[in-house]
Amino acid sequence: MRRALAIGLLSALAAIGAAADTYPQRPITMVVPFAAGGPTDVVARIVAEPMSRALGQQVVIENVTGAGGTTGITRASQASPDGYTIMMGHMGTHGAAPALFKGLKYDPAKSFDPVGLAAGTPIVIVAKKGFPAQDLKGFIEVLKARGPAINQAHAGVGSVSHSTGVLFNSQTGAKPTLVVYRGTGPALNDLMADQVDFMTDQIVNVAPQIAGGTIKAYAIATAERSPSLPDVPTTKEAGLPGYEVSAWNAVFAPKGLPADVRAKLVAALDTALKDPATTKRILELGGTVPKEAEAGPVALQALVEREVARWTPVLRSAVETNP
Amino acid sequence: MTDLLANLGLGFAVALSLQNVTLCFLGCLVGTLIGVLPGVGPIATIAMLLPITFGLDPVGALIMLAGIYYGAQYGGSTTAILVNIPGEATSVVTTLDGHQMARQGRAGVALGIAAIGSFFAGTVATLLIAALGAPLTRLALIFGPAEYFALMVMGLAFAVVLAHGSVLKAVAMILVGILLAAVGTDLETGQERMTFGLAFLTDGIDFSVLAMGLFGVAEILRNLDQTETREIARARIGRLLPSLADLRQAAPATLRGTAIGAILGILPGNGAVLGPFAAYTVEKRLARDPSRFGRGAIEGVAGPESANNAGAQTAFIPLLTLGIPPNAVMALMVGAMTIHGIVPGPGVMTKNPNLFWGMIASMWIGNLMLLVINLPLVGIWVRLLKVPYRLMFPAILMFCAIGIYSINSLPTDVMLIAAFGVFGYGLIKFGFEPAPMLLGFVLGKLMEEYLRRALTLSRGDALVFLERPVSAVLFLVAFTILAAALLPSLRRGRDAVFTEA
Repeated sequence: MRRALAIGLLSALAAIGAAADTYPQRPITMVVPFAAGGPTDVVARIVAEPMSRALGQQVVIENVTGAGGTTGITRASQASPDGYTIMMGHMGTHGAAPALFKGLKYDPAKSFDPVGLAAGTPIVIVAKKGFPAQDLKGFIEVLKARGPAINQAHAGVGSVSHSTGVLFNSQTGAKPTLVVYRGTGPALNDLMADQVDFMTDQIVNVAPQIAGGTIKAYAIATAERSPSLPDVPTTKEAGLPGYEVSAWNAVFAPKGLPADVRAKLVAALDTALKDPATTKRILELGGTVPKEAEAGPVALQALVEREVARWTPVLRSAVETNP
Repeated sequence: MTDLLANLGLGFAVALSLQNVTLCFLGCLVGTLIGVLPGVGPIATIAMLLPITFGLDPVGALIMLAGIYYGAQYGGSTTAILVNIPGEATSVVTTLDGHQMARQGRAGVALGIAAIGSFFAGTVATLLIAALGAPLTRLALIFGPAEYFALMVMGLAFAVVLAHGSVLKAVAMILVGILLAAVGTDLETGQERMTFGLAFLTDGIDFSVLAMGLFGVAEILRNLDQTETREIARARIGRLLPSLADLRQAAPATLRGTAIGAILGILPGNGAVLGPFAAYTVEKRLARDPSRFGRGAIEGVAGPESANNAGAQTAFIPLLTLGIPPNAVMALMVGAMTIHGIVPGPGVMTKNPNLFWGMIASMWIGNLMLLVINLPLVGIWVRLLKVPYRLMFPAILMFCAIGIYSINSLPTDVMLIAAFGVFGYGLIKFGFEPAPMLLGFVLGKLMEEYLRRALTLSRGDALVFLERPVSAVLFLVAFTILAAALLPSLRRGRDAVFTEA
């Protein structure tokens, strides 16, 4: 009996040793902290497919939703750091969350081993079709002149449209009335129906409506224009240079990953993003693929630290002034 | 007209290719199966199958995913009828009379009428989408927050009519449902309400958790303490298909249900949920003998089932013409489309006519397939009633647990089903009905949201609900329904009020 146990233990140990050499041995779970079908989920699925090919094991998406994405990230951050649980973090979960959730059980800058940025989805400032302003400057003037008479839609505290909308207001000095929706779908519906005046949201949600002429866009908050919306000026061109925001999505692993496993994941993500089919899919959505300087774990760590520092003061004051 | 025919021709040419017909069939089959399994819903299945569709062309992939969606609607009624578990909000009403029919040995007839009603509704709805999809989109834009709030109030008036026992108890149940809906994070301020600091309550209670606990688990518990009756329930099986007399009785209900469901399905604010409830209320109001309802009335199955399926189809209108998903499954379809490089929006119809018309044609083909798949299966499903309870109950519980876990991957959801099961058992013992509570729960969440949004937009002026014509009319209807439901029982005097039927 004792001998059998010892042999069992030895072979188990041998298996562990082998596993470290030949990671991955079984499918890898990628936790997506938002519902299936949303922008982050779509990016995760687009990236997971070529990553699976590069790793030789399936990367399986698991949607764990709740509390602005922090439920899924909390759970993934507590998983064992063996490379078999990774996650698709996001501007909200790794930038805005510390300001919004008091009892947050992770620190975006300290609880993770960053793998790399996957894709950015630029923010677009959109308004109802009949809004009486020709360009962004005129738009901001109207916002300031009419104050709380203007209605700004967003998809709930902690959502991308909320954080980026609050940032827009703090930079322009606009003080619109905030109208809250459950998700961007209904918010866009009311924007089309003239119930609300404007919102800021991810390009993937609004581009088809802008192209269809049901709403209008004043500016895109990136350094360069997007090929999906070639006629929409950047915020810099339109006169609001400080407003550069993107709802970025990035791959993280729980803290404490073995160095070789981490290297394999970084390489797999890199291969995935260099695959022309993947790039094409991301660009078709209006997304951006990380440039050389933005790719990889070091750049991601810096991005997380910058984002937490940027969102915390803006969102804290916005949440505190909210009755 | 010629345009429509040409477009439909294009659609059928796309949908009838061997590959697409096969995919449509696969989707419908998978959809029916997961619909029948209590708990496993279309959302989890579509999410799981998404990666498989990567290799397919977008039209084929979407045809298959759509097949899963409406296949699951069909299958969901099967579970509602046979084991009294509504898979989705839309099949809650089917349990009321459908399961009673099953207990009277008319399970086959109930399943048959549900399938035929759904096919009819699906056909009409498909034609409606093809002919009027684009102009109907405007309806979605007329409905602002005030109109939605009025619609939800009307829905709650339905809930009172829904109850066949005491009105007072029904109202109490609706209020409990609304209270349960208020659990979770407040949308506007981000503050937690009634969560007791428990992390798993921060996002509120999931509808499926509540439905599976109150109906599925509670039903099993109830059966366990009724040893005598269950023998009778499963001994008699009776006719497998509806007779001509059944069909004649159900036909008007099917027509009305289709019309109601189709209109409510177009509304993007989850209006489709109301379809079956509204259809049931209409049937009960119009019936010569309303007391038959809740005791196995065939119209009580035909109306809501038609409404349910018509709504499931017309829900595609806002998705295909506006690019706005009206419910969670449609949101997933948006994701599927974007992964395939088609961003749904106002341009889909002109930019991807193959996809647009191909999907519409495939809906009708899918409905036909579902009829073909389901009618022969009725015999098999009904035989399931003969499975000894010692085997069936553990199986149902297992599927409920797996299904609920597959939605959000939260173990606490599984524990919540057990808790609501015990709660539901208590309700049954004290003569409270769970159906009005579920409606209160579904509507409560939406109502609060729309009320606050409407008042934010009107800067706190409550008159907005009466100033906007559509909302004023809806309030009037709600008031009339309530008055009609309450007045006769008030006249009958105090004793009769509290036990209507």
